Amino acid sequence: MAKEECNSQWHKARDPSTVRNRKVFPSPEQTHQSLITPESKNKQGDNTFPSNGSSADFPGRRRVDSSNTPLLIVVTGLSLATRLYKITEPPHVCWDETHFGKMGSYYINRTFFFDVHPPLGKMLIALAGYMTGYDGTFPFVKPGDKYEHHNYWGMRGFCAVLGSFLPVFAYLIVQELSRSHTAAIITATLLIFDTGCITISQYILLDPILMFFIMAAVLSMVKFNQQRPFTVPWWLWLILCGCALACALGVKFVGLFVILLVGLNTVGDLWRILGDLSLSLMDVAKHFLARVAGLILLPLFLYLTIFAVHFVLLNKSGPGDGFFSSTFQSRLIGNNLYNVSMPEYLAYGSTITVKNLRIAGGYLHSHWHLYPEGVGAKQQQVTAYLHKDHNNMWLVRKPDNDTQSGSPELVRHGDIIRLEHKETTRNLHSHLHQAPLTKKHFQVTGYGLNGTGDTNDLWQVEVCGGRKGDLVKVLRSKVRFLHRATGCVLYSSGKSLPKWGWEQVEVTCSPYLKETPSSQWNIEDHINPRLPNISLSLLKPNFLEILLESHIVMIRGNSGLKPKSNEMNSKPWHWPINYQGLRFSGVNETEYRVYLLGNPVVWWINLASLGLYLIMVALASVVIQRGISPQQKRIEHSDVLRGGGGLLLLGWLLHYVPFYVMGRVLYYHHYFPAMLFSSMLTGVTLDILLRNADLLLRQPYSDWLHRGGQMVLLFTVLYSFHLFHPLSYGMTGPLAHEPGSAMAGLKWMDSWEF
Amino acid sequence: MLQLPLLVTAQLDLVLVLVSLLSLWTRLSRLSYPSSVVFDEVYYGQFVSLYMKRIFFVDDSGPPLGHMILALGAYLGGFDGNFVWNRIGADYPCSVSVWSLRLLPALCGALCVPLVYLLTLELGFSHLSALGAALLLLLENSLIVQSRFMLLESLLIFFVLLAFFSYLRFHNAHSRSWSRYSWLLLSGVSCAAAVGVKYMGLFSYLLLLGVASVHSWNLIGDQAVSHLSVFIQCVCKVLCLLVVPVLLYVFWFYIHLSVLNRSGPHDQLMSSAFQASLQGGLSRITQGQPLEVVYGSQVTLRSSASQPVSCWLHSHKANYPIRYENGRGSSHQQQVTCYPFKDVNNWWIIKDSGRQELVVDTPPRPVRHGDVIQLVHGMTSRLLNSHDVAAPMSPHAQEVSGYIDFNVSMAAQNLWRVDINNREAESEVWKTILSEVRLVHINTSAVLKLSGVPLPDWGFGQLEVVAEKLPKGHSSSLSWTVEEHRYGTSQGRKEREAELHSPTHIDVDRKISFWSKFMELQWKMLTVKQEESEHKYSSAPLEWITMNTNIAYWLHASTNAQIHLIGNPVSWGVANLSLLAYQLLATVYMLRRRRGLKDLTDGAWQQFVSLGVVCVGGWMMNFLPFLLMDKTLFLYHYLPALCYLYLLSPALLEHVYTHLF
Repeated sequence: MAKEECNSQWHKARDPSTVRNRKVFPSPEQTHQSLITPESKNKQGDNTFPSNGSSADFPGRRRVDSSNTPLLIVVTGLSLATRLYKITEPPHVCWDETHFGKMGSYYINRTFFFDVHPPLGKMLIALAGYMTGYDGTFPFVKPGDKYEHHNYWGMRGFCAVLGSFLPVFAYLIVQELSRSHTAAIITATLLIFDTGCITISQYILLDPILMFFIMAAVLSMVKFNQQRPFTVPWWLWLILCGCALACALGVKFVGLFVILLVGLNTVGDLWRILGDLSLSLMDVAKHFLARVAGLILLPLFLYLTIFAVHFVLLNKSGPGDGFFSSTFQSRLIGNNLYNVSMPEYLAYGSTITVKNLRIAGGYLHSHWHLYPEGVGAKQQQVTAYLHKDHNNMWLVRKPDNDTQSGSPELVRHGDIIRLEHKETTRNLHSHLHQAPLTKKHFQVTGYGLNGTGDTNDLWQVEVCGGRKGDLVKVLRSKVRFLHRATGCVLYSSGKSLPKWGWEQVEVTCSPYLKETPSSQWNIEDHINPRLPNISLSLLKPNFLEILLESHIVMIRGNSGLKPKSNEMNSKPWHWPINYQGLRFSGVNETEYRVYLLGNPVVWWINLASLGLYLIMVALASVVIQRGISPQQKRIEHSDVLRGGGGLLLLGWLLHYVPFYVMGRVLYYHHYFPAMLFSSMLTGVTLDILLRNADLLLRQPYSDWLHRGGQMVLLFTVLYSFHLFHPLSYGMTGPLAHEPGSAMAGLKWMDSWEF
Repeated sequence: MLQLPLLVTAQLDLVLVLVSLLSLWTRLSRLSYPSSVVFDEVYYGQFVSLYMKRIFFVDDSGPPLGHMILALGAYLGGFDGNFVWNRIGADYPCSVSVWSLRLLPALCGALCVPLVYLLTLELGFSHLSALGAALLLLLENSLIVQSRFMLLESLLIFFVLLAFFSYLRFHNAHSRSWSRYSWLLLSGVSCAAAVGVKYMGLFSYLLLLGVASVHSWNLIGDQAVSHLSVFIQCVCKVLCLLVVPVLLYVFWFYIHLSVLNRSGPHDQLMSSAFQASLQGGLSRITQGQPLEVVYGSQVTLRSSASQPVSCWLHSHKANYPIRYENGRGSSHQQQVTCYPFKDVNNWWIIKDSGRQELVVDTPPRPVRHGDVIQLVHGMTSRLLNSHDVAAPMSPHAQEVSGYIDFNVSMAAQNLWRVDINNREAESEVWKTILSEVRLVHINTSAVLKLSGVPLPDWGFGQLEVVAEKLPKGHSSSLSWTVEEHRYGTSQGRKEREAELHSPTHIDVDRKISFWSKFMELQWKMLTVKQEESEHKYSSAPLEWITMNTNIAYWLHASTNAQIHLIGNPVSWGVANLSLLAYQLLATVYMLRRRRGLKDLTDGAWQQFVSLGVVCVGGWMMNFLPFLLMDKTLFLYHYLPALCYLYLLSPALLEHVYTHLF
């Protein structure tokens, strides 16, 4: 019974179909600072990267010439057209829309929920839905559910419009970094005609929103680098960059990577300013403080604001309550702790729930399942469980099992009690066996039946900071349960048990008596019909406490998303080679199928360009280091490669490498932010490669090679888009291995599933 | 012409000799006490025993060089491998020379002290600092404890220090002398040895490579040197520091695999081809089997997946229950499972779908890639079948059964196509042991797969086999290998059953190359994950810095005599302090230099920087990665990082004394 219960609750969020579990958790980083080192910078002058500090030799900034605007309009138009085409198809829930659409509905209905991501993305989705007339009534139960009359196009359209900005931003970034229209056009072409970018932008997902803010942050950073210090545009870009950073982090924790990128760039920048002896220390301090304000304080403030809005919006009890502490729950309308009234002091004979004080600690829980063979004694499991459940109920008993009459006796500090599990009538029990995970602690089990047990079932109640004889206040007292026989203290380790324990949290008895929240509990529900109910006004938690608590819960949730052993998992090395995509909708021949897969031609060009880039940079660097001075033109090229290209490479690394050390479940779409950087790098690399065609051929022929290369590239990408576009815009009919299919002959890798 | 007088001029650094002697004394005296198994000796000891008996094993914790050095010590001491290492504290019998088991690690541990002395000198600091560093190392009780037993850390630390020392010797030597390249070579060899002892050596190796590349980069920038000379020097560095270590690393495996040539308990982890190359075990069974699988062959099919265990396709006289516990129905046909033990029920016969005979024709007709076959279960004569019924434990996949005709309009669907994964030609013949085969169901194009889920009681806890409708990628659970194989000769059913019970025999020898064995073993070591659980004495990396943890290595049952791994708190504190001080100083220096205030001469600055790169860099490389690991970690993992700090402390003191006062 309990098994199904817990299981179904826990798995409600993860439908067993093709829906993946959830989300990204960023982690520490390889710090690869590939910006031009200050020495070489000073040596070679600041032509491509005007120094932010040195106002004296500030070169005249080439204003982007007029041919730029029409190009930009074309790029924007194409981008919008490719993203918005067939936006309402398929008219059913696709893949993770089931999560994010549902969460959008929660905002519209103002019910509290729990998610592993920060709230901004979902709030924006909800806002877009609200503005376009979606009323929050569609349940988003599972992928494949028909939307019918519900207004879903607004949410999709919003994501698609944000997604359309990606090629535009990329265009502008590359333009700034390389000062070359061609490079910018190559990048924009790659991104506009990448089926992966199109597909991921077209649905109600966090990724287009996240990538929008990432690219906005990078663009403002690059623009900021080009401005004369302390002018209005300088401040403007600084502030924009700060806002974009806060928003990126507010959508997903992956935003941390772009913060790291901007941070490293800023450190490099400040280091250069510090080395500029024409600036006084006062100027340096001004530069420093401006960046602190714009890139640390402002984003922090915005980030907090996002959460404040989130908490204000969600004021009704909902599915996420159990993850949070009792005080947190008391502010949610409809929760059983909202304006609660219950007997004030803990009494014998009461039915109670006991919640661990560690943040996201869970309720003391037991169920009809034994510890498996080899894990301590084979007795009933006792765990901590994050959801509200009738298996969390315990009865407070006297050691001698007397049923008392008259008014119930109250429990006092120092009393010896028994805790009987209401459902299974077993006593909370501990003994000198190793706990299942924390081997230094003792195992806690359910033992005995109908109240008869042994002396290992006795626990001493201790109110933290109390004296002998003090009463135990419900909700407000911090209580410890000391095991009478061994002297250990009831403890929640926070580690998830394996499958046999339904991935609930381990409960142990710790011989280390240090007072920590892990060993402190509070009494949350308290039912005793023979005592009068008193309305309790709880200490309302302050905003920072709520914030901290929700972050810890989110981080736990993220690291709890472990890959299942028998599933085929996506590995980071799969991604750049476009090894395997994700099914967004449909499996078999009759269904409308959408498959998230990058345009293989684009992705493989990106991959090749990465290698090419490294070779070109190595060659150029060695030549310069060796003191062989080539023509001015080549020096400029190598500066672009090392400066702008280095920044983009760093961005790619920061958004890709950390996934290798992440223990959580990974999915193909985690690569998309990195893919944006990789495409921009491709633009820069290929442009410079083609422009150096004259190293290979003599004058007129090299020009032909240059132009020809550009044309070939353009048409290859266009043609491959023509081939693969059904992946994004949907297809029905036979699968790719049959001749009648739209994708016949295009299944170039066995691992692609279309 | 002999020139007279014949003179020998020798210089002897008495201090160095003295610390070396002291170090030998602390590390080597009473080495055979206690004469019982101490802590991880219980773990390494079993491998030493296996080396002595030349039995193959897989240890996923690290490469083989460390084990081999320990085994060398045991070999020299005449250990015959007959000791069961089963618990910490068990007494060694008199036949085991405990002293020789522990000698080599202790010797390496002792040599670390003079090495640190020399290394400090190479970093450009005075003899006094060198003495300081040597003393810190000499008097560090955790290092003493770790060196005195049959453990690997002292070997690792020794090779790492040797690598850095010889590299710096090379770097500081006069650039004209060619003899300095022997130092570079030694450095490369020590790097290979360090990585060969423990993968942790990789961190220091990477640091050394980083230092070497910066030096090469500066060399490239030095325009006083000719192009040719730069080129030659760079090539030499690449050869000595990249090519040689890689070759040596492979060489350790070559020794490992040549020594271990008998089959043993870990055979099951390896592929059939690998197992067949070991003496005894599988090769005894498979020796001389016919190579080509033909129609009428009697075979056992082993799943290529070794997770959760390796097993063979199996069937037996028991049917799937009509209804499972959760109410779902089954076909009620005969169970097909995967069974991890050798059994007569693992035999299957390859049958041509168009013919009835179960014997091999003359001449035999080989089965090729793409052929359609039926598989007959030897003992029950049921045909391997699959159909659109959900599998018992993995309902998304199809059930696989031995077909029984219940007359319930469930037609037999028992044709399978043979897909050879590792084929070289399109019509390749299915080969025993060598071919990895997918069996594709003709009617549904599902693929026979080991799902690995244990069946409940009705399936006797055997592993579930399913037909996967949407096979993804190249999972090893989809492929099967013929392991035992013989040509069937018996017509009648009774005779056939008798034939199946009889052992296989005939002989030919089959070998796979060293290279493919190396690749397979290396891959297994990196991918086999043991269930990591918390140990009583395991600790978190942050606890190491404050020494908030210790390990009880040994406890005498009656006298209560104990050995603990715990650091010297004073030197530990000194180390932490100097780490902080260096970082502080470096920050201040750097900021001031950036503003054009040069506190140090260029030479002193260079010395300060290289001290930081080697010592603080070494500490970081050997400490920070542990923060990201979710392995079970112990205090002794910190010892290499600690040695770098001991190198740092006296040198930093000298720096402060000469430049700040």
